[in-house]
Amino acid sequence: MKVGVVTFPGSNCDYDAYAAIRHVLGEQVDFLWHKSEDLAGSDLIILPGGFSYGDYLRSGAIARFSPIMKKVVEFADSGGLVMGICNGFQVLTESGLLPGALIRNRSLRFSCKYVNLRVENNATSFTNTCSKGEVLRIPIAHGDGNYYNFDGDIETLEKTGRVVFRYVDANGEPTDISNPNGSINNIAGIVNKEGNVLGMMPHPERAVESILGSGDGLKVFESVRAALPALNLVGEK
Amino acid sequence: MTTNKTATVYVRLKDGVLDPQGVTIQKALSQMGYDDFLSVRTGKFFELEVSGSASDIDRKIDEVCSKLLTNPVIETFEVKK
Repeated sequence: MKVGVVTFPGSNCDYDAYAAIRHVLGEQVDFLWHKSEDLAGSDLIILPGGFSYGDYLRSGAIARFSPIMKKVVEFADSGGLVMGICNGFQVLTESGLLPGALIRNRSLRFSCKYVNLRVENNATSFTNTCSKGEVLRIPIAHGDGNYYNFDGDIETLEKTGRVVFRYVDANGEPTDISNPNGSINNIAGIVNKEGNVLGMMPHPERAVESILGSGDGLKVFESVRAALPALNLVGEK
Repeated sequence: MTTNKTATVYVRLKDGVLDPQGVTIQKALSQMGYDDFLSVRTGKFFELEVSGSASDIDRKIDEVCSKLLTNPVIETFEVKK
């Protein structure tokens, strides 16, 4: 597997993603500079967390116009796997690769803590090594993670299994108190219609070894590795 | 003919989109004793200076408002020239 991690000015989780892929998963990984227009033959593109362009205007609004994003959109449109984590999720909604928007946390506070995530759909390229309903412990760290979308679009996402992760309590229930930011229906991560683009606010790359507090995040990357051979076969037809 | 024109763009959150800042400000007002302020909605504005032909400028301002200055999922804009 070859992974490309995009570095925007202000990205700060690019090294975490790099380390998770290279040192824990043991796969190839390259940084992709935001001004580049070359995805270096990557099988998976990661848009990492951070504060691209200082979160000026709206989170992710300016990064979306980076030269590399043209290529990322083309890659996604042709079925390539793209994963946006935290600020990367915000870039994906701003660029229209994922529906909805991420607005200010209802608490108005930056929230940095471990949360429980329930896997709502384990039939995606990002969750196939999880079981349905499994609860993962993965940290969040964001100020603008409150997922918003129109009622009709939320209904479509829910009905078509595109809500992949939901914030839940220790018993696996999506309660209001376990919702760290006010997201509609406790939504923490979604995929696009085709299932090849994932956006999630929590940081799986920060939970890849038990010494970090949890190794659950590794499952997301292991799932991509498991999904790739079949996807590549489809591409070669 | 090329002219310079200024415009102000007012950006508002759409009705129904939660505005946590507005809610917090309203609560603060209430705590200060201003119970009669029932609701506060926040927004932002941009002051633009643009050069070009008059018709081009109007078109371009609308274009940048939709493309960059606002996110049409959550915001609306109004241009005052």
